[in-house]
Amino acid sequence: MPGFDFSNYNRNAALHARGVPLPKATSTGTTIVGCIYDGGVVIAADTRATSGPIVADKNCEKLHYISPNIWCAGAGTAADTEFTTALISSQLELHSLSTGRKPRVVTCMTLLKQHLFRYQGHIGAYLVVAGVDPTGTHLFTVHAHGSTDKLPYVTMGSGSLAAMSVFETQWRPKLTQEDAVKLCSDAILAGIFNDLGSGSNVDVAVITSEKTTLKRNYIKPNERTQKLKSYKFARGTTNVLNEKIIRKEDLGNFVTVEEISVAGPGDQMEVDA
Amino acid sequence: MAMFSQNPTMNGPNYSFSDTPRTKAPEGAREHRFDPYTDNGGSTLAIAGADFTIMAGDTRLTSGYNINSRYHPKVFKIGGTTSDQHDATIALSVVGFAADGEALKERLDAICKMYRYRHGKPMSVKACAQRLSTILYQKRFFPYYAYAILGGLDEEGKGAVYSYDPVGSYEREQCRAGGAAASLIMPFLDNQVNFKNQYIPGSGEGHALQERERKPLSRQEVETLVKDAFDGAVERHIEVGDGLQMMIITKDGIQEVTMPLKKD
Repeated sequence: MPGFDFSNYNRNAALHARGVPLPKATSTGTTIVGCIYDGGVVIAADTRATSGPIVADKNCEKLHYISPNIWCAGAGTAADTEFTTALISSQLELHSLSTGRKPRVVTCMTLLKQHLFRYQGHIGAYLVVAGVDPTGTHLFTVHAHGSTDKLPYVTMGSGSLAAMSVFETQWRPKLTQEDAVKLCSDAILAGIFNDLGSGSNVDVAVITSEKTTLKRNYIKPNERTQKLKSYKFARGTTNVLNEKIIRKEDLGNFVTVEEISVAGPGDQMEVDA
Repeated sequence: MAMFSQNPTMNGPNYSFSDTPRTKAPEGAREHRFDPYTDNGGSTLAIAGADFTIMAGDTRLTSGYNINSRYHPKVFKIGGTTSDQHDATIALSVVGFAADGEALKERLDAICKMYRYRHGKPMSVKACAQRLSTILYQKRFFPYYAYAILGGLDEEGKGAVYSYDPVGSYEREQCRAGGAAASLIMPFLDNQVNFKNQYIPGSGEGHALQERERKPLSRQEVETLVKDAFDGAVERHIEVGDGLQMMIITKDGIQEVTMPLKKD
């Protein structure tokens, strides 16, 4: 059966009715931006993932691969952005293989919006889709409910207002690549410092017709401060109440151990070199 | 007991009160609600030493995902003769709803000033602590939404820390963390100030192993712990940051120190 597993739906609805809250998903309360320039497109993101007021990941990746020339920045529920982009990436690869053409950004955007619209906003993915294909350079935003926009510069996530303030004061037509990268990273920095949902580092991806350059941790303005004291404990500080040692040769007394011969050359799984 | 039971919204997703998901209202019923409280985030910390007390708090003021101020003090000198508080001997830290914290501070300060005027001597921390409890309990059914910590030196000159819940339950302690990152800082303090879960290596077997004995920490050691505690909290709590404000209370008065924290 393709698609999602709804087998716990009725049980969870009953629990919810009795006041059991839904589990809290990791959200990338985020700043993501994108900007077209003469010769390509730049997208950028911060690297903080939160769970309520707690920082869940200080250096997560919000720039997702779709195809060599199309990348996606994701805000919203972390798992949804991750799986939705992976799913569409897979579909686009198969589509490209069967048509024998390079994938197009509009195709990716359409697949995403149709997928998200079908789930009526329950898939909490808010995306910035950017890429260069044979028809030109493109930049879109896709909201969780399925609506899309096509603009020369875009921002999304909880830091979108802070980031947009930078674009609205500094953007101008016909930017160079350096200017576009600077503008996007400045917009992310505005989000990092003025929005509590965003923080840590700046990731940037530059897409041109020739190649894509992913600049992971392009700016690191929030390096961890050194602790003033060592918190190393003397060995034996923790109380050991009981101790039991199981040696490898005695493992058979607890679990079934089977020696497996190495498979022949034909049976081996194909892995990256 | 209600002592230090944190408000449910403090450990949750920290909605400002008007955004809190509503429990379902009866069919056709129109709700008219008064939401007088906001959670302004931030964290405080107090540690009592042998002859000093250190009170600290971050200086960020938030609402939701916004930063309202990067320098909004949470620690105040209380009960000096004048408004500059140069001769104050007691410090109060408040965290939770900033407006209530401010109101509570103003009220306690006015009371301490009146006491000094009437009795010709400053209020003792013990008396001030009891009075603060009374102020909080007077508003039992419309509480000051503030977690207060009071610090000073007791009659013997030893460091004293009193901590409160929003409705006036209080207790004298060696150390206490309050506010948004209290659950992150308090276990660190238990281990590093009161040496909880630490045993003397090789002093016995199993349950006979001896616990590491408490010893009063030096002022330098405590300052280090406070800074490290806040640096840790800043890393993992989004509402803590920007600046650290510290008040060191000794027999010579109150010394105030501020230093930067991460701003993201």
